[in-house]
Parts: sequence; structure tokens; C-alpha cells
Amino acid sequence: MSAAKTKRGNVNSGGRNVTSRGPSAGAQVRGERELRAIADTVLRLAKSRRIPETEVHVEEIVSALTRFAGNTIHQHVAEQGISVSIRTVEDGRTARVTTNRVDEDSLRAALEDSLSLAASQPKDPNLLPMLSKQKYRRVNRYIPATAYLSAEDRARAVKRVCDLADKRGQDAAGIFESGQAHSLLANSRGLGAGYRQTQAEFSVTFQQGSAASWAKANDADVRNFDPQKLAQTASDKAIRAQDPMELPPGHYTVILEPAAVLDLVGFLFYDFAATAVQDKRSCFAERVGKSVVGKNISITDDAYHPGQLGDPFDGEGVPRQRVSLIDKGVLRNLVYSRRAAKVAGTKPTGHGFALPNEYGEAPMNLMVAGGSSSIEEMVASTDRGLLVTRFWYIREVEPYEKVMTGMTRDGLFLVEHGKIAGSVRNFRFNQSVLEMLKNVELLGPARRSTGEEAFEMVVPPMKIANFHFSEATKF
Amino acid sequence: MWDYCGHSLDLARLRGATYADVRVMHLRQRDLTTKNGKVGTVGQSESIGLGIRAVVNGAWGFASTDLLTREGVAACAAQAVAIAKASALAKKENVKLAPEGNYVDSWQGPCEKDPFEIPVESQIALLLAVDGAMRKVKGVTLTETDMQFRKIDSWFASTEGSKIHQRRFISGCGIGATSFRDDAIQKRSYPNSFGGQYMLAGYELIESLNLLGNAARVAEEVVALHSAAACPQKSGTLILGGSQLGLQIHESVGHPIELDRVLGQEANFAGTSFLTLDKLNNLRYGSPIVNVVADARIAHGPSLGTFAYDDEGVPAQCTDIIKDGEFRGYLSSRETARLVGLNRSGGTMRTESWNRLPMIRMTNVSLKPGEWTYDDLIADTEDGILMDTNRSWSIDDRRYQFQFSTEIAWEIKGGKIGRMLKNPSYSGITTEFWNSCDAICNAKHWTLWGTPNCGKGQPMQTMGTGHGASPARFRNIKIGAAFSNE
Repeated sequence: MSAAKTKRGNVNSGGRNVTSRGPSAGAQVRGERELRAIADTVLRLAKSRRIPETEVHVEEIVSALTRFAGNTIHQHVAEQGISVSIRTVEDGRTARVTTNRVDEDSLRAALEDSLSLAASQPKDPNLLPMLSKQKYRRVNRYIPATAYLSAEDRARAVKRVCDLADKRGQDAAGIFESGQAHSLLANSRGLGAGYRQTQAEFSVTFQQGSAASWAKANDADVRNFDPQKLAQTASDKAIRAQDPMELPPGHYTVILEPAAVLDLVGFLFYDFAATAVQDKRSCFAERVGKSVVGKNISITDDAYHPGQLGDPFDGEGVPRQRVSLIDKGVLRNLVYSRRAAKVAGTKPTGHGFALPNEYGEAPMNLMVAGGSSSIEEMVASTDRGLLVTRFWYIREVEPYEKVMTGMTRDGLFLVEHGKIAGSVRNFRFNQSVLEMLKNVELLGPARRSTGEEAFEMVVPPMKIANFHFSEATKF
Repeated sequence: MWDYCGHSLDLARLRGATYADVRVMHLRQRDLTTKNGKVGTVGQSESIGLGIRAVVNGAWGFASTDLLTREGVAACAAQAVAIAKASALAKKENVKLAPEGNYVDSWQGPCEKDPFEIPVESQIALLLAVDGAMRKVKGVTLTETDMQFRKIDSWFASTEGSKIHQRRFISGCGIGATSFRDDAIQKRSYPNSFGGQYMLAGYELIESLNLLGNAARVAEEVVALHSAAACPQKSGTLILGGSQLGLQIHESVGHPIELDRVLGQEANFAGTSFLTLDKLNNLRYGSPIVNVVADARIAHGPSLGTFAYDDEGVPAQCTDIIKDGEFRGYLSSRETARLVGLNRSGGTMRTESWNRLPMIRMTNVSLKPGEWTYDDLIADTEDGILMDTNRSWSIDDRRYQFQFSTEIAWEIKGGKIGRMLKNPSYSGITTEFWNSCDAICNAKHWTLWGTPNCGKGQPMQTMGTGHGASPARFRNIKIGAAFSNE
């Protein structure tokens, strides 16, 4: 199995009726009015059934993706779908039922199924009442230019990338994706929260002989990245990645490009959950208030930062708050769902998952504070080290010291005497993330970054001493 | 459902499709979990919709919708055609498919007890009882249990005349105990980690696994791990339990034999493969006792890679992958089969849902049983380490270099299982590893493990695969690198 990337589910289109056209001309977007009508129907049916508490989450996703390999489009897909997720509470018991059938009979059946499931379990004395009406901060992450990108638009952009690869005798593979999502959360206590978002992503791998390179961007606004420029970057790097030398594994100074930082540091996200700490399965168990990483490391969660995507409310409708997690190396705060907050005697931070669940909460908009060093300056300051484009197949080896393993991929370069001295065969690492963050020597400007193993985050490139590579592979 | 299928195919043909196939799928799922003696997740979901794939102007287009009306599916078919026309803007060659017959059939996988008909009360009661039994053991700091059931109906039709309905029930469950002590976190799971065991079966699977009878052992082992010696770092003899060997097969045989990876179609995400086309029938993959098949037929067993037809309408087959140690076959689709000169697809195209494109996926990629009894294998091992139950897994993007760690290990000295070891790991290069295999246990010890969480593709699809394996022995393996600082 390959790395499974988990993305926040809340995305959707915006404010259109069924005649609206979405991405890849042809998708029929239901839009906010219809989503609201579905939610109202569920709450009306619940009221007539005298269900004490009912919550409904309606979500519509319209998305399309153009996939290419061998300098040709080989997969090209579009999807449109809705889900209606209903949670009922009766006599201290709760359960969730989700359907994509939106006629009244199906919604009524889903309500009944939820009640039946809820009644099948022991009473939960700690179940909290549903949240009442909340105030939310507005975020604007719906960009029509992204929503209306067509199949032809994506195909033409891909064609230009393939032409570049053809011209240079390289193989290009990748995706160009665009879409929109719209969600609505409401409950019988008057809570109502809505959100819409667009998202575009371009990712490309260039292969030349046995060498490969990669570049990727992800944004609400498709105009904020240029597929051709990303392709040019990957193509140039593939040329530099030719004829890799074999180096012995060991401890190296590394310069991690933002995608490499993101995919490693991103694995900390659930460790910041108060529930994980309470369950003693987090690397931060019994470490709150203590120095856990270097003093030059500060990490926050901020859903409102312009480099972030995602809704301004959590799975229960709690408004998301900006939380300082690690400040100058010290673990200051965790994130809390309503239940975890009650256990800890504090306030929820707006990071809870939809109930019922056993995981509690997690920060989904992590930001690592940056510095002022460019990657070029990091290279220039390095006598001997390795420049890492990205990591691959990262998995946890040891949870408390947060030792992770994985491979380098798509461009590993030797730095000697302040200059790139050639490409290097890929390494396996076994490295504690906490230890790594104690060895950060330089930080670059933080920016929205995207990889393949973690959520999109705002992170800087880093120069890190003493990074442990344990074995090498054959390419 | 056949009306929706037929209508969408007619529309696609009318708009210029030279080939099209359509899948209507209805997926139902129940998820139950407990944690620390309390109910965690209680949920059910269902999803129904249609996806159509069309070749127009020699290029592919795919569209999906949950608007199951004549107008909805017509719009979806039109969209698939429009997308195919856009794809043709950047095509090199026309899509061509290996020939295949057309089939009209209906098939249902095995299910003795419909899990959706079993009262949820009794399912939750079992999980809570197991959870409670683990919590009784002093030193356990976190207990978790889960059950998942799926019922999947699919209606497949193509412009070549196939009409196939399939129904599959999938059941799965697992339990785990975690212990935090002295700045260390240990975990034990049963019957497997990361969700447990999954099969193409009904509730009879849950009843057969004796969760309650294993709860105390799992909890006692996790506490004991804190006091166990650390797994040494050395090169030596390794015996893998069946579930760990199943994952080893998945990563170091199952993925590299996928023809779409081999042909570079997954280069941007899942990666490529060291098994380039010149390696077919020209590579000693393993020692002569290593025999691996990809077998989707029910005769192989009811696992997550078992079906009657794949999602291109190709009948389930058994393909030799490694025969007597030699590399003999790939996993293929109709399109990739034709690209590499095969007469026919191996029947491995599968889709997660109605809104996803079928792609090459593992079926049941299994290591055939050998000759050894388990007791004889242990007795024959003078100095070795027995590892069981996966804890972490990682392999490079061409599937050469891997590293696995397991939850637990035991030392073997003088032909006997000795002390428990904590933090075990091993690593190596795929072909070197399989060539070091010198003993495989017999059919009595062979289990068909279901892996429910294989991710691949863009958009990502999660698929279940099956892996038959019995304990096996490997020589001169690098042990302990994951916890080494060298």
C-alpha cells in the first residue's frame, strides 16, 4: 500500500442551483440553496419525530482531474457527489448515518437508522449536548477561476508540459486537478455553519533515464501557480539528477526543501491532540510545558492564515481558534475537542472531529515559523551535506521519540564547499522528528507547501545537522 | 439499474464513443469501535451512483454522478465524452484494448451470516467485552477494538454486450492494547495490526476469530514488551509470521508487478517498478521454493481480492507471478495487456467506488505453501529471530529497498523459541530477500490475510487485497537497522 494522504473532508461548491455549470463543463452543482433545503428537511423530520437532538452535515463535492504519463493524458476523470450525514441523540446515546440519497423518504430512513444505531449501545454519561448558534469568522476561499476551469483548460496546460518533455527527451507524468466543495452544518439547537472552497493542484514528475524529479503546487486559486514553470523546474532538476553517485549511509547535514519538511513534520499533527495525549499515545504525553524541540522552532495552528485552506469551524461547529502549539521550542498548548476540553478543564479550540469518534481532534492548519535564509544561502553555507527534494513512504517506527522511516525521492544532491556537487542515490532514513527539530541550523521563509504524505501546511525550508540515513537503495 | 447502464451507454455511443463501460455501485458500510471500555464510533453509511468510462477520438474520458435519473446519467455520459475529447488534445496513440468476451452473469460472494442482520447490540457487546478483558491487565494504558462490515453491489455493462451483477460482503475486526511506561509506547494487536483481519465473508468471520479468547494474551504481551530485551542489530536468520509475510508480499511482490507502474503511469505518485519489461521470464526473483500467484478466483479463498469479474468485465483468473523462483507474470488490464503484447488481460482492474476509475490492483497475491511444519521449522533453526504482526512498513518508489518493523519478536536458540524481544525490525533489497528464503511452512499453517487499506491512484483510491502466506524462513537478513544509530 502506498502512502495514504488524509485531507479534510469539508469542501464544496458555492451558492448555485442545479443548472449551474462546474468544472469540466457538465457537472451539475446543486449549490447552497439545495443543500440548505436538504438540511432543513432533515431537521423538520427530526422535529416531527420528537428526536431530542439532531445534527446534519450536508456536503457536495465537484471535482475533476487530468492525469498524464509518458507525455500523454492516460486518465481523465470528473466526479460530482453529495453526502448527508445525520447524527441523532436520544437518552444519552448517539450515532451517525450517512447517505447520498436525498429524497425525503431516504432522509427519513437515515434518521430512523441513526436512532436505531444509537439505541444499540450503553448510555454515555459524558455525552455533551449539541452546540447552539455560533459566530464564525468569514474566510473567502472560493475562486471562480478555479471552479470553472474546464477539461480543455487542463488538457491544454498538460499538453504544453508534455511538449516540453518531448522536446527534451524526458518523460513527464502528473496531475492537474480542480474542483469545488460546499458544506453546511446545522443542528436542532439552532447552529448553522456554511463554507465553500475551491482547490486546484498541479503535480509533475520528470524522468530522464534512471533519474527523476518533481514539483507540485496546491491553492484555492489556480492562478497562483503556473504549471509550465513547475514543469520547467522539474525538467531542469531531472537533468541535474543524472548519474547519481553512491554515498555511504550515515549522519549528514541536510537541506530540506519545504515539501520534505512538510511531509516529516506533518506526522506530528495528531500528537498535538489533547485526546492523544490523554490516551498516552502521543509523543507529547507528559511533555506539555516542557522543551521538546529547538528554541528556533515555533509551531501554530491557524485556519485563517492566507496560506491555508479549510473551514472555519470543526466537526461539532465550534469556531476554529488560532493556537500556539510550540513556542520557541516549548510545548505550550494542545488542541481540544469539546469532550477533551471538559476532561482537561479547559475550553475547546475548534479542532474536534465529527461525533461520534474515538480520536477527538487534531490541528489541520499547521504552520512552522520561518526565517530569512534562502535555499541558495543554505547551500552556500554548507561544507558537506545533502539537498533533499522530498521524502517518500514515511512511517512511524517509534512513537514516543517520534522516530520515522522513509526514503528520499525525486532529487537528492550532494553539497560540497557551498555548491551542488552532483546527484546521489536515494537513502532510507530513520530519524526522530523531535531530535531533528533540535538540530535546525537555518530556516527559510515559510510558505504554503504541498507534499504527498501530510496535509498542506505553511512551512519553511530547513538546514538541519546530523540527520540519520541508515541504508541506501539502488538508484 | 440496468436501465441507467443502458441509457448512459447509448448516449455515449450516440456522441461518438467507440467503446464505453459503466458501473452502478451501491455501497453500504457499518463501523463500530470501542476505546478504553467505551463505545467510540457507531456509524453506518451508504452511497450509490454511476460512473461511465468512454473512448472517444482514441482517448479516455470518465465521469460519475449520484444523480440517478435518466437526465442525470445522460448528462454524466455526455460529460465523459466531452472529457475524452479533451484528452485527445494530448494523446500519443489511440487507446486499444486486448480482446475479451462478453458476459451476462450474476455472482454473489460467500456470506453465511449477513452482518447487517446481526443486531448491533450484540456486535457492540462483544467489542466491549473484549475491550474490558484487555483493560483488566495492569499496565495497559489504552485499549481499542473495531468491527467493519461492507456490502457492495455492482452492475457492470459495456458497449461490447457484457452485463454483470456482483454482490460482495466484506467483514473485518481487530483489537489492540497499548502500554505507555518509562518513556516508551508498545502495542500488541490481534489478529493483525491496522484494523485486524478482513475477508470476503459475513459475520461468521468475527465468530471464528475468538477475539475474547485472545484479549488477555494481547494485553499481557504488550505489558511484557517493556521488560523484554531489545532486538539485536545483526545479520542473521529471520522467521516471519504469516501476517507480516503477507505485507512483505504486498509491498515487495504485489506492487512491483502492477503493469501500470511498470509502464510509468504511476510515476508521479505511487512510483514505478524495478520489474522493467526485460525482466519478465528473465529474473531470478526468489529461491526455487518461492512460488507466488495472483489469484482472484473463489477457489483460492474468500479474501479481499476475490471476485468473479473485474471492473472491466474480465473473468477472475490465476496468474503465475513467481514460479520456482523465476519471475513469470504481471498484473494487467485490457489496455496494458495489449501494450505489452499479452493475449488477454489478467483481470485485475478494480475500482473503489462508482466515482472512481478502475485501475490495476492486486487481487490475492499469495505465496504458495511449502513443505515444512511450523514445529519442524523452529526445531531446525539454530539461531534466529521470529517476528510477528506489523508495526511499520516502508519501501522505495521502485520497490527495491524496504524496511519493516513488527510489534513483537522472539529469540530462537537451539531449535526452541526463547525470550521475547522488543522493537524488532528488518530491512533489505527485494530480490536478495526472496532469494534468501530457504523454508516455507505447509498448507496447514497458510492463512489468506486481507489487507483493507491499499492506497493508489490520483484521486486516491483505497482497495482491499488478499495475501496468502504461511510462516517462512530467510537467511542472512539485516536485522535491527530501524533502531540503530549507525
